[in-house]
Amino acid sequence: MSRLPGGPLTPAERAAERFTDGEWHRLHPATPLLRGGIVFVAVLGFVLSNLRERIVGFFVGAPDYGGDPLDQIYDRGWEGWALLAVAVVLILCIGAFYLSWRMHTFRITGDAVEVRSGILFRTQRKGRLDRIQGINVQRPLLARIFGAAKLDIAVAGHDANVQLSYLGSSLADGLRADVLRLASGVKAAEQEAAEPGKSESGLPDSASGVSGLVNRRVNEFLAPELDPSLAPPQSVVKIPPLRLFGSLVLSGFTVFLVIVVVLLIIGASTGRLWLLFIVLPGLLGSASFYVNRFTKSLRYSIAGTPDGVRVGYGLLTTSNETLPPGRIHAVEVLQPLMWRPFGWWQIRIDTAGHTSEKGAAGQAATTILPVGDATDVSRVLSLVLPGFVTEQHRSVIEAGMTSRGRDFFVGSPRRAAWIRPFSWKRTGYTILDGVILLRRGAVWRSLSIVPLARLQSLEIEQGPLDRMLGLASTRLHTVSGPVRPRLPGVDSVHSAELFETVAAGAVASARSDTSHRWAAAPPVSPHLDPEGQSH
Amino acid sequence: MPNRLDLSIGDWRRVSPKYVVVVIVGAVVSGVIAAAAATFFWLVVRWDWGWALLAAVVVATVIGLVIAPRRARSIGYMMREDDLLFRRGIMFQRFVSVPYGRMQLIDINRGPVGRALGLADLKFVTAAASTGVVIPGLKEADAAELRDRLVELAESRRAGL
Repeated sequence: MSRLPGGPLTPAERAAERFTDGEWHRLHPATPLLRGGIVFVAVLGFVLSNLRERIVGFFVGAPDYGGDPLDQIYDRGWEGWALLAVAVVLILCIGAFYLSWRMHTFRITGDAVEVRSGILFRTQRKGRLDRIQGINVQRPLLARIFGAAKLDIAVAGHDANVQLSYLGSSLADGLRADVLRLASGVKAAEQEAAEPGKSESGLPDSASGVSGLVNRRVNEFLAPELDPSLAPPQSVVKIPPLRLFGSLVLSGFTVFLVIVVVLLIIGASTGRLWLLFIVLPGLLGSASFYVNRFTKSLRYSIAGTPDGVRVGYGLLTTSNETLPPGRIHAVEVLQPLMWRPFGWWQIRIDTAGHTSEKGAAGQAATTILPVGDATDVSRVLSLVLPGFVTEQHRSVIEAGMTSRGRDFFVGSPRRAAWIRPFSWKRTGYTILDGVILLRRGAVWRSLSIVPLARLQSLEIEQGPLDRMLGLASTRLHTVSGPVRPRLPGVDSVHSAELFETVAAGAVASARSDTSHRWAAAPPVSPHLDPEGQSH
Repeated sequence: MPNRLDLSIGDWRRVSPKYVVVVIVGAVVSGVIAAAAATFFWLVVRWDWGWALLAAVVVATVIGLVIAPRRARSIGYMMREDDLLFRRGIMFQRFVSVPYGRMQLIDINRGPVGRALGLADLKFVTAAASTGVVIPGLKEADAAELRDRLVELAESRRAGL
């Protein structure tokens, strides 16, 4: 297929369009250098630092120490051989780099992305487009200087990513949009209706010459991670630096650190000075932990696009991930005790695919909002659960987050206080529009939201203590991630009802779910299909 | 017992009565190994409390053997319209529901004792690691038949992740 379905293409998408024709294409020419880049720079640095004396001596005329290999070569008149050896090694390296670049190809067809690589050991990896769990555009610092980016396509499974590393920076962005367009299952018929105008011709930044190139690099380097024109501006959440700083200071890690310091002082004052020498390096290391998290989250951004939620972060090494609709298996809104006076919350999600890179604030990429207030939470929730988080459900979500309990959530009976002295009032669940909300924790508040269409299986459990009190606990099994939705200490009769309702609801929701091709026309439903297209 | 968790849904299909033998052999083997270790600590390493350790191991093994038949009987499964229900446990009861469309993989495993008795274990894998449903002690023919039936059901109800 030569033309992409769907609406008008942006210039970047248009530039990337020729890569989606189902033929094999090559990656950015600097790829081998960037992949082995760190090693290359390290070797160069090692050689330079070893030759420093000699280089200084060459220019300034320092005394000759004699005896090092270069002198030996010079004294015996082997310059020619030495130069030849260097040339051979260089040619071999370049040849290997060139060959590996030639052999590393990818192709994008209507239903899959494939990558072939390797010279002696060939590997071929194929990811199905309708199984894409997320697409990440990463730009390590070195690659950004070269104007390259890595396109990481996560399909379901552990370490099941198809990586296109590296591509041109704007090409990576365009290709992501194109792959999402193909994956979304937009019908070709819609394309005819929305045939784009021919006014845009090529990329706007096709300036020629060295100055043009430098300008472009600098622009790319300084450009905000999220193009504001691509997303509705009111959906972008910004984290003020002060709040970010506060959230880091008031984290569990700080408590741990304070305890360690107090123990140290006690230890030192009672004459156990050796403790200091063991723990001090670790304490210094923790400073870098704070700096790392802080700088990474400074450029955090999140926005909704037609093809899903886009989360960007990173100051020097940047990353920008798109999660298509229906790829989020569970959401948890949580608030540690120390964040409560400030009204801060964190949001974590479970997804089936995992990119190997760390996410915002150096945390796992599953933390979709490192810290935010109630407004930020509702904005992010409306992005990650667009069908559910609407005006009419706002009060339910607020109740789930802040209520002290005993409301319309189906809760625990009073006797549950024996095993949950603080949180029994808050513990509760409610099911609304194919989504289940589990509320628990009075000290560490948490609200888990699980779309039933994503539920894998369901379990109820009763131990001897539960049985004495007539309680049971429920666990919802979702794909692995930080969110483990469970609901302990609910009346056993209610739990049995919950089990039946959710088991039936999960089957029904999964049947009507079409998010694996999210932009395809809805399934047979005549009143929604005025043009009477056949499927 | 009013407090007991009760799903009150028809009859469970139970596993083969011969499965008790597998449970008993397992309990005896692990009991013997633990007892040998305890004896080693008591007589060779000369721990003062070695005899208590040995006594604890023996008591635990005997209790395990006594409740083995009930434990084996507590395992049950049921194929409903859209999902497979599984239960096990007496003290710690556990009920799991797995929709057919969610099954990614079905394994048949045979241990040495089970193979001698003509029994097999059926294991279900979904995209969630915590599902962990294993129906042990099915007759080999039943296990193969059940697997084929489940694969067929999963195929007809296939959903995305």
